[in-house]
Amino acid sequence: MSAAWFDKLSDGLSRTRVTIQSRIAAAVGASRAVDDAFFDGIEEALVLADVGATAAAEIVGNLRQAVRRERVREPEAALDLLVDLVAQEFPQPVDDPLDDLPAVVLLVGVNGSGKTTTAGKLAAEARAAGRTVVIGSADTYRAAAIEQLRVWAGRAGAHVVERERGADPAAVAFDAVAHGMEAGADLVLVDTAGRLHTSKDLMEELKKVDRVVRKRSAAPVKSLLVIDATAGQNALQQAREFHAALGLDGVVLTKLDGTAKGGIVVAVARELGLPVVRIGVGEGVDDMHSFDAREFARALVGAPS
Amino acid sequence: MFQNLTDRLTAIFSRLTNRGALTEADVDAALREVRLALLEADVNFKVVKEFLARVRERAVGKDVLSSLTPGQMVVKIVLEELTALLGGARADIPLSGRVPNVIVLVGLQGSGKTTAAAKLASHYKSKGRHPLLVAADVYRPAAGDQLETLGAEIGVPVHRHDGADPVDIARESLRVAKDRLRDLVIVDTAGRLHVDDAMMDEAARIIQAVAPDAVLMVVDAMTGQDAVNAASAFAERVPFDGVIVTKLDGDARGGAALSVRAVTGRPIVFASVGERLDALEPFRPDAMARRILGMGDVVGLIDKAQAAFDEETARKAEERLRAGTFTLDDFLEQLRSVKKMGPLKDVLRMLPGAAKLPKDFEVDEGALKRTEAIITSMTKAERAKPSIINGSRRQRIAAGAGVSVFEVNQVLKQYAEAQRLMKRLAALQPQGKKGRRGVRLPGPWGFPG
Repeated sequence: MSAAWFDKLSDGLSRTRVTIQSRIAAAVGASRAVDDAFFDGIEEALVLADVGATAAAEIVGNLRQAVRRERVREPEAALDLLVDLVAQEFPQPVDDPLDDLPAVVLLVGVNGSGKTTTAGKLAAEARAAGRTVVIGSADTYRAAAIEQLRVWAGRAGAHVVERERGADPAAVAFDAVAHGMEAGADLVLVDTAGRLHTSKDLMEELKKVDRVVRKRSAAPVKSLLVIDATAGQNALQQAREFHAALGLDGVVLTKLDGTAKGGIVVAVARELGLPVVRIGVGEGVDDMHSFDAREFARALVGAPS
Repeated sequence: MFQNLTDRLTAIFSRLTNRGALTEADVDAALREVRLALLEADVNFKVVKEFLARVRERAVGKDVLSSLTPGQMVVKIVLEELTALLGGARADIPLSGRVPNVIVLVGLQGSGKTTAAAKLASHYKSKGRHPLLVAADVYRPAAGDQLETLGAEIGVPVHRHDGADPVDIARESLRVAKDRLRDLVIVDTAGRLHVDDAMMDEAARIIQAVAPDAVLMVVDAMTGQDAVNAASAFAERVPFDGVIVTKLDGDARGGAALSVRAVTGRPIVFASVGERLDALEPFRPDAMARRILGMGDVVGLIDKAQAAFDEETARKAEERLRAGTFTLDDFLEQLRSVKKMGPLKDVLRMLPGAAKLPKDFEVDEGALKRTEAIITSMTKAERAKPSIINGSRRQRIAAGAGVSVFEVNQVLKQYAEAQRLMKRLAALQPQGKKGRRGVRLPGPWGFPG
């Protein structure tokens, strides 16, 4: 991948890094030793990054062991160990579900997490790589979601399959897959309506979309959960429920261009073993990047890269 | 909402209250659990620290440890401090006497501003105001379309001017409101990151241009620790007067909202609790704190009932009851009122002890619908005098409503029971004190009256 691309990623994460770094600096304080104050500071920083109190305590517990085992004395060296520990929480990447084409990819998640924007960016990414893309506008519930997706598809140069608002989302998804198959598209993206995982009916509706798509598609079907980086601990519960309903293949982490760290994906990876396949760092059509566990871990714990 | 925190505090304190004497160590052990619960509810780290310090100071005091029911005293303290943290008394948005009043909504991307704007408009419309919605989000594709669609659904006009500068759109909306005789302008702005200087500046200029009565920040209940950073930055650049918490209908515990209140001092004024456009409620800190602690939300229930039950209809029903002429039509009327209170599941969740209901507890919402269908399948004569409903009539009613005869029988039985129950209640009530209680909760479901 090109150097310019990597610079952009670093830009996106730099704000995250700066705030965490200053926070860790403040937390670790003047104490130049790897002592209790140091570990407390790390735990606080992890909690503030939305890793979660339980996961943070466990990670710090593991760090204490590693520090003892490796006889580490310097805070900087201890931070390196911490980066390793956090990066290890993410499963080793097997195949990128968005590179292993042809494929049908379902984008799911709670309201406002950024599914439609993600669909637009993913379409642009695939188009830039010379692939043909069809997007199914299966969010038939939210007002103007169809229009919003149409604009994104226009930017990306993807074909949109849509029906009127209020139509059966499963029918739209079916049409999109059927069209994709007939046209020999490389990638069919299905943008679904935002739904809270607590809504039984809406989760059933989503399962139906999944069933219908699987029935029609000759290509592998992948489901990606879109998580907002500002999300707190509830995102873990979201991931559990969506995973139970669909069997997720990965996570897209959006809105990493603010000060939020998106640490919840650490907890999601720990518990469900789900990889992060893309990160979103802005509103531009090319503000979507691959995920690098070590880079992310460094940004999260504020270690210099 | 806040369900998991409620579960945990209920568990912790039922252990505590089951013990006689309490030591300082007991309190600390309980507070450690409270800390974990609050952190997992996304309450900000620093806010939790301060909160626990306040609770501990009061909880280890002499009169608590030596009291007969120290556990309950601790629960009471946690409840009081939580209420204080949520803002104490109920807050309202003060709207001045000028016409039109102006409210501006700001917030991060995806927090739910556009939906909240429509819900707010619907709320004020139901209070007799004439709102105008303004689409000042010119960045997100189709944001204007979304607002326009929502506006059409609630019957509120929308001002949009695609391609124009958001500050100009906001400014010209005041003139549009005067021309169209609208007395309340609600401006939906674009989602923006608090670290985006240009966008924060734009929000400040919009506010300067329209001098709103209130700026409200929309905060997603699912936000994590970063909520305080965003809120502090907004408070600095675009001083807001209150907060709308959205997406509280999920199981997010909404600790972020609590943090925003604690860090900025701005009250939470509304809570958005569902997909329906009327699912916006005034935020009540006291009730929310009680709910967090699994103590039920009777005040909220009465509010819902008051909104759903027409006083006049209720009074008539009571009169008919006294006269012994409570018909199936009255029964139907009440059913419909209960339906208006929203999903039964939500209503039941507000009752004391609701925290003990199983998590996946489901109510057969269809039962109300079927009962309605059964009664509307009866003739006028049958509704007025159910005793004439014989076997063949039952069969016809069942066919008409698409249910079994068994279900028709059940409805008739329920009606008979409700009638008997209400006769007894009526007999207990002294005459001539009508309307003393603000609201009556008549109904076959035995709500406390």
